[in-house]
Amino acid sequence: MTQVFQETASPNPALAPTRAPSWAWLGVAPFMVFALLFLILPTLHLVVGAFQDADGNFTLHNIANLFQPQIVASFWVTIQISMISAVGGAVIGFLLAYAGVMGGLPRWVRPVLMTFSGVAPNFAGIPLAFAFLATLGRTGLITALLFNVFGFKLYDHGFNITTFWGLILAYLYFQIPLMVLILVPALDGLKREWREASDILGGGAWHFWRYVAIPILWPSLVGTTLLLFANAFGAVATAYGLTGSGINLVTIMLFAQIRGDVLHDQNLGYAISLGMVVITVLSNLIYIVLRARTRRAFR
Amino acid sequence: MAFLELENLQKTFGANNVVQGFDLSVAQGEFVSFLGPSGCGKTTTLRMVAGFEHPDAGCIRIGGKDVTGLRANQRHIGMVFQSYALFPNMTVAENVAYGLKIARRPAAEIRQRVEEMLALIKLPAMAQRYPHQLSGGQQQRVALARALSVNPQVLLLDEPLSALDAKIRISLREEIRAVQRKLGITTIYVTHDQEEALSISDRIVVMNEGRIDQVGTPFEIYNRPRTRFVASFVGTLNILQGQVLDAAGGRILIDGQEVQVTRGQSDLASGKIQAFALRPEAVTLGDGGVGRNRLRGSIDQVSFLGSVVRIRVKLKDNAILLDTFNNPGVAPPEFGREVDVNFGTEDLLVLDGAGRD
Amino acid sequence: MKRTRSFSWIVMAVCAIYFLTPLICTFEFSLRLKRGVYSFAAYENVLGDSHFQASFLYSTVLSVATIVFGTLLVVPTAYWVQLRLPRFRPVVEFLTLMPLVIPAIILVFGYVRIYNSSSIVPMTSASWSTDVLLGCSYITLALPYMYRAIDTGLQSIDVKTLTEAAESLGAKWPSILFGVILPNLRVAIISSAFLTFATVIGEFTIASLLDRPAFGPYLQLVGANRAYEPSALAVITFLITWGCMGVIQLLGRGRRGISASAY
Repeated sequence: MTQVFQETASPNPALAPTRAPSWAWLGVAPFMVFALLFLILPTLHLVVGAFQDADGNFTLHNIANLFQPQIVASFWVTIQISMISAVGGAVIGFLLAYAGVMGGLPRWVRPVLMTFSGVAPNFAGIPLAFAFLATLGRTGLITALLFNVFGFKLYDHGFNITTFWGLILAYLYFQIPLMVLILVPALDGLKREWREASDILGGGAWHFWRYVAIPILWPSLVGTTLLLFANAFGAVATAYGLTGSGINLVTIMLFAQIRGDVLHDQNLGYAISLGMVVITVLSNLIYIVLRARTRRAFR
Repeated sequence: MAFLELENLQKTFGANNVVQGFDLSVAQGEFVSFLGPSGCGKTTTLRMVAGFEHPDAGCIRIGGKDVTGLRANQRHIGMVFQSYALFPNMTVAENVAYGLKIARRPAAEIRQRVEEMLALIKLPAMAQRYPHQLSGGQQQRVALARALSVNPQVLLLDEPLSALDAKIRISLREEIRAVQRKLGITTIYVTHDQEEALSISDRIVVMNEGRIDQVGTPFEIYNRPRTRFVASFVGTLNILQGQVLDAAGGRILIDGQEVQVTRGQSDLASGKIQAFALRPEAVTLGDGGVGRNRLRGSIDQVSFLGSVVRIRVKLKDNAILLDTFNNPGVAPPEFGREVDVNFGTEDLLVLDGAGRD
Repeated sequence: MKRTRSFSWIVMAVCAIYFLTPLICTFEFSLRLKRGVYSFAAYENVLGDSHFQASFLYSTVLSVATIVFGTLLVVPTAYWVQLRLPRFRPVVEFLTLMPLVIPAIILVFGYVRIYNSSSIVPMTSASWSTDVLLGCSYITLALPYMYRAIDTGLQSIDVKTLTEAAESLGAKWPSILFGVILPNLRVAIISSAFLTFATVIGEFTIASLLDRPAFGPYLQLVGANRAYEPSALAVITFLITWGCMGVIQLLGRGRRGISASAY
């Protein structure tokens, strides 16, 4: 209930502006506590734990243990899948964004593209895995179609949706839309007049892209590719749903470790987490730096 | 011999007839302005000359050669855009060199040409700067240098000064004209600012709703407007409704007072009510004496504009705006005073297309 | 231009095939439960399954709790930062972006280690407290989008002026928050609510590792044991996700109308 005449005696921060600095931080205290409990502490615990042994003493032993063949192989395969799906998603996403924004298509295409790109990343996870199994699994529709119509036995030729390339194919389903979502605004920033100025000075499409568009866009392109890389690196559900524990991904390995200490070494688990965090944080950092570069240079 | 010929150009967007029957011949080295309000088709026509729009009908010839079918990058034309359109990732020097780089000129030639161009626009020190480090006026000068660096046969400018401050606009338009004169390049300049067009053009094309209303020198356009639109768009104009008493003798009745028309009497129709145009600078306060037209009314508005005092004198249904120079020794006349205004008989112009019963 | 256009159409066509085929195949697969005949039997099985109903209910309730408590956490924070603590903004924004950088599995690893039965805050010892932990982790996941939506919403309604107007009429800050600010944030809150719902419903990793009977783990279980029901579930999940996104798009389009009527 609001009063018409307000008492100013109460130390209400909203009515004592001269005292705001000392009390105002209370307003964000709940959030800070929440962030501390559920963001900062868990991460710190893992990071610190990576440098500790079972008794709590400082050690670099865990980091050294990261370089055993099985773990290195795990990181390597995860990096490969993430890189390939990121670059693939970036290239296809770029072409798709180009087609939608500057490709001379009817005006209704772009909103449809943007809406779909906004929805598709939410499919990622178990439902997406099911969808690809239904499509290209052993009893999938396309697999059957290829055999019934073309006599082509997909699985006899070594393809398997539950392996390396199958996972990449599934990852593209959310990598491409993510690229489109980020790149469409960037392409919008390419002013029509720049293309026209390039044309009237005698340049063709190649000149424009080579000397103007790509130089302007490349920080966005590279940065977003890194974003896609980090995105794929941290993905669990899609991989689990599609391949189970079939592919030795870092996230699957961590999943098993959390479920039941399969490594028989908690601190090693922390070290693996640290490795993951370093990779995703680095990727995102470079993305942010590149984005800031673009903003600074081309106002 | 016309260097640039535009013949019967037409362009329709959907249901809009944006450009209709546009004919123009431009001589080599001439500076022609397309003047008109937004949507009159001036920019569309310019873009057809550039090659960004394809005309639905008509043809464009440069130096006798038909370029209508050529793409923009094949026409060897220079263009300056309203938003400058400098490439943000390149320095000033790289921007200016762009056209030459595409033409694969040797590096030494490019370097020399860029120096020449930067000297021409008086910005030699800015070669290594980036566009975002320059002011709007400087960017536009660089854009001009870039357009001219490839030695185009025609220069097109699309409202190049609209994005700039008033003071810069005035100095820059003079600079553009000076550069153009020095190089002798055929130029088309699109603008909605009539003062701009009047001050720098050899000829002005006044456009309205896709059509050309009048083509002429600034002097002709201003002093002998052929249509009501041209008269009102270019400069301030008084439009008076008067009844024609005697077409042959040029006697007109305006709000019960008789005046004389000595120019354009052939456009008069006895008995009809027609519109007449009168420039404010042709009107003076007071009784002008024998041989001049005189009207009596009362002052209903006085605007002190600094160097000029603009006075509005109300008759019955009509009002006349007149400008007098500010005189520090004489106060502007008061509101409501009954005054006479006078003007020459040749100053009252007949506007076509306004006759009604 | 013509060359560009045909190229664009080809790109669009290929991508459309890639994106639509799995959807079509999943739907077709889900109809194949009865041999030789298309039927919705798989859907009947799924919708009639008590585990489905239980886990779906669980996730729905949890998402509602996430939305409510998340909003209660974010709105005052965003409001305060906007109005009184602009210097805290970089800190708060950094924290809200952390869930995007640190993968969910890392976070849940941390939770399991810190909040297990032998710690000071033994959240995983009882199922109700684990539910709370799950809810908090979902709030964390939703934080980036929720904060961004609400912050943008606040920026567009000129919080400072509204607050000063309310104060000059004698209102205290809780009533300002609930009576003035929140109603104007309706669209932002509802949008982030639908996004949160879509996210929580499909979430697998954290729910599975915290061993809670949520919809995500149920999906995975069905996938491991049944043949046609997983596809039916996938279709149902797709429809829910599309539905949520569709509502958000509609809200985004009608936003101008809502804020106009709010004044």
